[in-house]
Amino acid sequence: MTAVASPQDTGIRIRTEVKTQETSAGTGHSAISIENVNLSYGDNQALHDISMEIGERQVTAFIGPSGCGKSTLLRCLNRMNDLIDDVTVTGRITVRGQDIYSPATDVIEVRRRVGMVFQKSNPFPKSIYENVVYGLRIAGISDKKVLDEACERSLRGAALWDEVKDRLDESGLGLSGGQMQRLCIARAIAVEPEIILMDEPCSALDPIATLKIEELIYSLKERYTIVIVTHNLQQAARVSDRTAFFWLGRLVEYDQTPDMFTRPKDKLTEDYITGRFG
Amino acid sequence: MKLPLSIRRGDPMVWFTGSALGTCLLLIAGLIVIVLTNGLGFFWPSALVELTLKDGSKWLGEEIRRQAIPNPGSDDHLREHRVQLKLGNRDLLGYDFKWIDEKEIASRREPADAFYVERREYGPLLGTPVALKDGERVLAEGDAVWAALQPLVAKAEHDRAAIEQIEKHEIGEINYRIEQQRLALKRIEYREKQDGVKREAERAAVAAAVAAQEERFRGKQQELDRLLATAATTYVTFRAADGAEKELSTLDIYRIYPANQLGFGGRLAVYAGRIWEFMSADPRESNTEGGIFPAIFGTVMMVILMSLMAVPFGVLAALYLREYAKQGPLVRIVRIAVNNLAGVPSIVFGVFGLGFFVYFVGGGIDRMFFPEALPTPTYGTGGILWASLTLALLTVPVVIVASEEALAAVPRSMREASIATGATKFQTILHVVLPAAAPGILTGLILAMARGAGEVAPLMITGVVKLAPELPLDGFFPFFHPDRKFMHLGFHIYDVGFQSPNVEAAMPMVYTTTIFLLLIIVALNLTAIVVRNRLRRKYQTSAF
Repeated sequence: MTAVASPQDTGIRIRTEVKTQETSAGTGHSAISIENVNLSYGDNQALHDISMEIGERQVTAFIGPSGCGKSTLLRCLNRMNDLIDDVTVTGRITVRGQDIYSPATDVIEVRRRVGMVFQKSNPFPKSIYENVVYGLRIAGISDKKVLDEACERSLRGAALWDEVKDRLDESGLGLSGGQMQRLCIARAIAVEPEIILMDEPCSALDPIATLKIEELIYSLKERYTIVIVTHNLQQAARVSDRTAFFWLGRLVEYDQTPDMFTRPKDKLTEDYITGRFG
Repeated sequence: MKLPLSIRRGDPMVWFTGSALGTCLLLIAGLIVIVLTNGLGFFWPSALVELTLKDGSKWLGEEIRRQAIPNPGSDDHLREHRVQLKLGNRDLLGYDFKWIDEKEIASRREPADAFYVERREYGPLLGTPVALKDGERVLAEGDAVWAALQPLVAKAEHDRAAIEQIEKHEIGEINYRIEQQRLALKRIEYREKQDGVKREAERAAVAAAVAAQEERFRGKQQELDRLLATAATTYVTFRAADGAEKELSTLDIYRIYPANQLGFGGRLAVYAGRIWEFMSADPRESNTEGGIFPAIFGTVMMVILMSLMAVPFGVLAALYLREYAKQGPLVRIVRIAVNNLAGVPSIVFGVFGLGFFVYFVGGGIDRMFFPEALPTPTYGTGGILWASLTLALLTVPVVIVASEEALAAVPRSMREASIATGATKFQTILHVVLPAAAPGILTGLILAMARGAGEVAPLMITGVVKLAPELPLDGFFPFFHPDRKFMHLGFHIYDVGFQSPNVEAAMPMVYTTTIFLLLIIVALNLTAIVVRNRLRRKYQTSAF
């Protein structure tokens, strides 16, 4: 089972793959640039002066112990933190050059460009079809043909089409855990975002479902920029091109994934990826 | 000291809590049993007994109660018994119930020729038909009367329906139109007074319309007279137990049956017929006879109107409190105030409804839209609209509290999923939060209906009357008349039970009406529960 491979093995395997990947995908442009971002919940500062560039059509993994701020940073990228009272964000985050925190920015537009998949799969209590086309309906599209096409395309994109094509009218809640998470991915890609944020998408799934999601992430990389938060270091090693390690709200190390897992520069990183704490 | 095992296990607590629940259930079951036994027995046609007393007098009636005679201090205290007879024949005797001491009774028999007659006025008549006449011509005598009478009773029912059709619906319509014209005339007079311009043409049109209606009225009146002339020619003479005779027009006979000749099936038929009449007919004789249909209709209509107003209003208020308002001390205070509002005595709401809705809002509407009818109020008096609004106000806190809880129970992850796909907060609420909260909101509606349907006090001063001649919904434009007064089962119980001139006759009606009030509340609640369960199945949130 791949999920139990040792870090060294995976590191080596990934390294070879990454080399080929870098030539095909990974244009080298940055999709998101984060500059000097600080965030606090009330008086409690959760992010300290984070700066990083996230590459286009790459998978970037955020790792670190619980409470290190990786999810908080992820939720800054599509302004989901706006939903929480008493949050202050300073610094600059630009998505393909557009400052998403500028007062002139349309938040809805940002969220349409930066989709999100959550830790807990959260399909709506609606049919599979309605789940997928939700974002389009919200955007005011009601042309049945357009919706049908988008539904099939998204479900194919999320590798779910063959499993559900005969029961699109059934409730999305009748699916298995892994299928539900792929349904959520289909829902996210239905609005054709540029970037997909994934907040521990596999933490509630069994190894086989996890494997399917990871394969999916691989194929999605060709079209989308993906940022994934994970507690599973092997997963970070398997799916990501670059990895960022966070500790106590600070970005400790950010590098190519193979380098990170084989030759960490920082002592903290080394301790964490070798399982000495966290 | 070591306690016994059963106590250490905590068994006493189980018995304690169990008996608390048991007591509650017993009380409710007792209530229902008392209401059912007292109410359902009322319609059953029991045997008619003829008691001959030692002084030679004869009494025919239904034995409805038997009790020990209290005589404190003497030997026979609670040893002797007496029975209560329902005698009917109020017009002959001046009373229709009588207590008879059992020791006074010389003999007791159930005469086969005793009939129970329900008629238009004076309550039931109990006696033996001796002759049937058409004008002066004798159609039948003695035992042959019953056979000859049956088709005439059926014809009487048919005739009554025809008469009611003319009196209530057709002449009622004419009256309605004349009333409209009268108001139109007052409007013209009002305008003339205001601007001094004479409106002869309009006056003439109104006069012509009134004349046309009056012409129609005369036609209907003649039709009615003809109908009455053919319908009310046959008379039956009954002889009561004491030998007194009473002549009764067959048109006035609603139901007649030989009480002591009926088998079980026959009694069941009478029973079912009476229940149906009770449900579907208008009340007669100051509500002690006939049915309660207008009260059932008024109750259901009022509850529906109340729900239509309370639910949208309450849900909107809950949405603001839960979704938009910044949670803080102010919102907490508002929430406490809403909770307390649910505990305000209903009569206080009634007084508010009278002062605000009826006098202020209703009076304002009258001054603005119906000044010509003043000082006769149109909306400035109690009516179903104001009563429903008052009850909506009374139940809206319940809806707010339940809706708030339902909204709070919608998982955060579902809102986030919607927001993350690019939905606005409003779209999220509309498409995700509200559907998921709908079952909980319906629970609020159920609670509100349960409270609203059972209220009487605020209605008494905002529009309920003991007898409403017209339903708030009918065939005349605009079909729904929110200004009309209405009847209500709760008030009907109060009126029949405590305001009736004939307490003994009215008492069973209290129980039967109670049964119907309970049934209607159960039916309304069941409907809401079925809808809620259906929604709950549809919007069941994921298991983990």
